[in-house]
Amino acid sequence: MVLSWWAHLWSVLPEIVLVLAAALVMAVDAWLPEGRRRELGYWAIGGLVAALAVAAVQAAQLAGGIAAPYEAFGGSVRADLAAMLFRLIFLLAGILTVAISMDFRPLRQSGEYYTLLLISVLGMGLMGAAVNLVTLHLALETVGIALYLLAGYLRDTPRSAEAGLKYFLFGVFSSTIMLYGLALIYGFTGEIAYARIAQALAGLPTPAVMAALLLVLVGFGFKVSAVPFHFWTPDVYEGAPTPVTAFISVASKAAGFAVLIRAMIEAFPTAQGNWVAIMAALAFVTMTVGNLLAIPQRNLKRLLAYSSIAQAGYILIGVAAASPLGVAASIFYLGIYTLTNIAAFAVAVIMTNVTGSEEIRDLAGLSRRAPGLALAMLAALLSLGGIPPLVGFFAKLFVFAAAIESGLLWLAIAGVLNAMVAFYYYIMVARAMYVDRSPEEEKPVWISRPARFTLWFTVTGVLLLTVLVYPLYLLAQMAAQAF
Amino acid sequence: MTIPAVTLPLLSFIVFTPLVGALILLLIPRHQKEAARVFAATVSGFTLLLSLWAFLAYDRAAGGYQFVERMSWLPQLGIHYYVGVDGVSLPLVLLSALVLFTGVLVSWNIEDRPHELFAFMLLLASGIMGVFVARNLVLLFFFYEIAIFPKYFLIAIWGSTRKEYAAMKLVLYTLVGSIIALVGALALYFVSPVRTFDMDVLRELAARGAFARTVEVFGQAVRFDYLWFLPVFLGFAVTAGLWPFHNWVPDGHSAAPTAGSMFLAGVVMKVGAYSALRVGIELMPGGAVYWLPVVVFLAVVAALYSAAISLVQEDLKYVIAFSSIGHMAFVTIGFAAMNVTGLTGAVLQMFSHGVMAAILFATVGMVYDRAHTRYLAHLGGFARAMPMATLGFILGGLVAMGMPGFSGFVAEFQVFAGIWAARDTAWWYPWVAILAAPSIALSAAYILRALQATFFGELNRERYPHVGDVTALDKVAIVTLAVWFVLIGVFPRVMTDLIQTGVEPIAALLQGAMVASIR
Repeated sequence: MVLSWWAHLWSVLPEIVLVLAAALVMAVDAWLPEGRRRELGYWAIGGLVAALAVAAVQAAQLAGGIAAPYEAFGGSVRADLAAMLFRLIFLLAGILTVAISMDFRPLRQSGEYYTLLLISVLGMGLMGAAVNLVTLHLALETVGIALYLLAGYLRDTPRSAEAGLKYFLFGVFSSTIMLYGLALIYGFTGEIAYARIAQALAGLPTPAVMAALLLVLVGFGFKVSAVPFHFWTPDVYEGAPTPVTAFISVASKAAGFAVLIRAMIEAFPTAQGNWVAIMAALAFVTMTVGNLLAIPQRNLKRLLAYSSIAQAGYILIGVAAASPLGVAASIFYLGIYTLTNIAAFAVAVIMTNVTGSEEIRDLAGLSRRAPGLALAMLAALLSLGGIPPLVGFFAKLFVFAAAIESGLLWLAIAGVLNAMVAFYYYIMVARAMYVDRSPEEEKPVWISRPARFTLWFTVTGVLLLTVLVYPLYLLAQMAAQAF
Repeated sequence: MTIPAVTLPLLSFIVFTPLVGALILLLIPRHQKEAARVFAATVSGFTLLLSLWAFLAYDRAAGGYQFVERMSWLPQLGIHYYVGVDGVSLPLVLLSALVLFTGVLVSWNIEDRPHELFAFMLLLASGIMGVFVARNLVLLFFFYEIAIFPKYFLIAIWGSTRKEYAAMKLVLYTLVGSIIALVGALALYFVSPVRTFDMDVLRELAARGAFARTVEVFGQAVRFDYLWFLPVFLGFAVTAGLWPFHNWVPDGHSAAPTAGSMFLAGVVMKVGAYSALRVGIELMPGGAVYWLPVVVFLAVVAALYSAAISLVQEDLKYVIAFSSIGHMAFVTIGFAAMNVTGLTGAVLQMFSHGVMAAILFATVGMVYDRAHTRYLAHLGGFARAMPMATLGFILGGLVAMGMPGFSGFVAEFQVFAGIWAARDTAWWYPWVAILAAPSIALSAAYILRALQATFFGELNRERYPHVGDVTALDKVAIVTLAVWFVLIGVFPRVMTDLIQTGVEPIAALLQGAMVASIR
């Protein structure tokens, strides 16, 4: 089928919008006087919202059956509902991240920051859409380089510089290993497109396929911070500027899952019997290690880092289920997790601004000091813990149901026991806010308008989506069937 | 069976009034404490009136599920917002509303953040009543989990003595139990020939033996209901305080603030027992027939052990806390009888014990507020200072002892009669009755001991120079609760008629499973 030039552009239109937005932000940065730098955030949000609108239209067309999925640029990217949904997740994460960055003091609102953020969102969009090895690697590197810079953005702060360097070293290392795996696949099959690889791999001996698969999984495991590729996570999360941490914890993870799910289903369907076991093992180890190591944490960002590792474990359960329900559950989970985790980090950003500390004990008395803020954090924590009436309950319900449906009963049981462990440390954070007292209780907490918007948006989301869970689930299910 | 057309979504009103009230309560300005109290009392009073309305408007002749509401939620997965009440759940809804209302009244004088206190109480009540009305398994779990985390805050913030330890212990115990049961429910869903969480449909399937099929687990062929009944039933029974999973009960009940204890002993334990009945027994009757004659021994141990322990407690709240384990054990024994008499007794015992535990903890709380100690050795003579509270405690105590003329007698008598009549089910059932009976004598002993040590004797005026009477609101709370056990004691049919309509189908289901297992 010969595509028109417009169809080619249409498939990556959100990314094109983002390129333009990034350029615009750079230009505006040069023109804006020093005192009005804060407005750059609104320019960045404008660009992201424009891209979001495009992606939403595309998603609606695909979901409504008006447009059919197709591959563009010679089989480099695929325009299907899954790609669009993931784009929506990245763009939403981007918008909310900019909103909580605007008044985060250490970042000093520079144009480079927002440009890097926009470029990383761009790369993620391509990751979600990539259907051949070359595009995959390019997209991964685009995102990686932007994020390494963002993590180390506060050059003058040793911790941030360390985080950037660490992220870079781990990232480059794992991406090199993955590249070796990609090279092996190409060597074995002579193909770069997923669909053709799948056909060619069918005739290959299992050890060869497994070798390639395992090497590739190192790269993906790094992106989603699955154990044992998680070692960078706590340090980078702690050291990076908090809004960047929020962004890495949701968008980068979602992007990792986007490529993981697509590659497993489209390129390695013949090895499913093998990778299901690997995924199940990864899921088990990831959630267990993440949850157990979260318990002793005293720093809020480190706690959220381990919590995000554990969350990756739950999402991997859906991948391991390797069924339409499982994939739908994973996508659904990622969407909910994005919303929820940003809420938690927004509170962390606000508290860092106010107290200059990221320790959990400095949340003491927050429920007296800023009841609304404490309530928002409580909602975020309970949703992460899968406690109703918050929508996190359904996210967990779906992945566990998928595991049981696929005969992974043990994984579901391990999952629910893990959820209990997680509940413990989430409640410990809530305890600091609600039970502990602090001498600072009388001092007010200043919340900037964008941050306030972020909190309202995310918390209303996790509450309201409980009622409106069905449309969201249907979308995720349709996306899962599009693979 | 015809379901009367109800235009007003009465049950949704009952369940969501406290929830909405909790949210509004948080918007009332911080310093307006009195406004928060009045608002909480209004909301809970309104909920109580709605529940009373449902109780009176329920058509007993028709029976079955009434006030049914049904809305799509996740239709593709068989998840609906589907609520209704029958003779089993309706008394428990009423009980929850009673405890909520009186709990608010006795918490009137708490000065530390009343907004949040009442908000958490209302949220908890919402979750609890949601469990009682839910007719969809996911909805049931949804509400069940909602009813867990407010307890942590109620205890950890407003509690006393090792409150954080007790709060966490309680929450983790009940959470583990419920999520194990949740896995069981999911397994039920996937093994069911019809993929639905609708409990009506699942019960229909259960009656036809759909869950008695064999499944393969680790290469072994086992019957599904034999395999899953025990985890599901015991998972819920954790919350009901069944021995040996009762360990959270004494610590939790004692550390909680007065209203928290009233909730825990009064309704939370019933949530566990009710869910065990609805999900465990009703959906896997084959498993119930197989396992309950064994599980009943746990209940016998619970009844005897807790009564004996109560007798030697030094802390007044621990006495009542352990006693609630014993009283809830009779619920399990009533379930195990698997006939109409036993099940009626069990459900009535839930209601009766709920009211009784609420009044006992309320009066104990009134003593504690004034004496600032709960040690029996330091108490004494409070009858003179607070006659109304004493009367409340005595009435509650008489129910606890199973005194004829009060609701406890009606309930426990039926439990014993039921288990005795079920000797065809298991030859040892009469022995269960004989073994459990001494616990009633023991309960008389510990109640009298506590009563004597707390309320009678000389009041130590040096230690407690300013002990005054309880407030008018406290008296309202006591009367609101006490009315019920006299009413039921004298006219048992107020409740038993209603409950019978609810348990008859369950008993029929169990008889069917029994016949099937003999074949």
